[in-house]
Amino acid sequence: MIKITEKPIDVQKVIDTASSLGAGAVNVFIGTVRNNAHGKNVLWLEYESHETMAVSEIRKIIDEASHRWPLLGWAVSHRIGTLKPGETAVAVAVSTPHRSDSFDACQFIIDSVKEKAPIWKKEVFEDGEEWISARPAMAMNV
Amino acid sequence: MNQFNVKAFGITKDILGAREKTIDVNGQTVAALRDTLMAQYPELTGLRSLLIAVNDTYADDSIILTERDEIALIPPVSGG
Repeated sequence: MIKITEKPIDVQKVIDTASSLGAGAVNVFIGTVRNNAHGKNVLWLEYESHETMAVSEIRKIIDEASHRWPLLGWAVSHRIGTLKPGETAVAVAVSTPHRSDSFDACQFIIDSVKEKAPIWKKEVFEDGEEWISARPAMAMNV
Repeated sequence: MNQFNVKAFGITKDILGAREKTIDVNGQTVAALRDTLMAQYPELTGLRSLLIAVNDTYADDSIILTERDEIALIPPVSGG
């Protein structure tokens, strides 16, 4: 399951989708919205995506992970729209026969999604807003 | 002169002032489109990177564009 959604992410559904009776491990990563950045309070985040391309890029990432680790099940769900601190922005779950592979595969998938999937977030502060990582000066603070 | 419809995402949407724009390009490649955009919207040159996606795939500079292609501006991504 690959999902880009404006609705709150159902983490249990992500876990259930990734689970498999042949698995000895289910590994889950849940990315949440922080209430601070660069020493300032974050009021909310605005996420947007190039949806069809994001699904296609995430599928490529899953394909590569499937070649590298014995994945028995997997699911990726990414939220877009307006998110408040504490809300879940992304959930990744994988299942494998043994736990070590599940940690490695889950980390590879979330790292690759952050690096390659066409999804963007803007932090909104009390005194302004910034697209994350867009400009070189910003990148040094992230 | 070629006309390409370009979809803008993230900070590029703010810089172009629209979610979608038609751009006149003297050339047919991804590189020619990027050069034209950077000349028209100098603020784009200040981004950490500016990739262009064609039909849902990251495109090399040498790719030849057609008017039917779905073209998207991809500034530095920040999902997760």
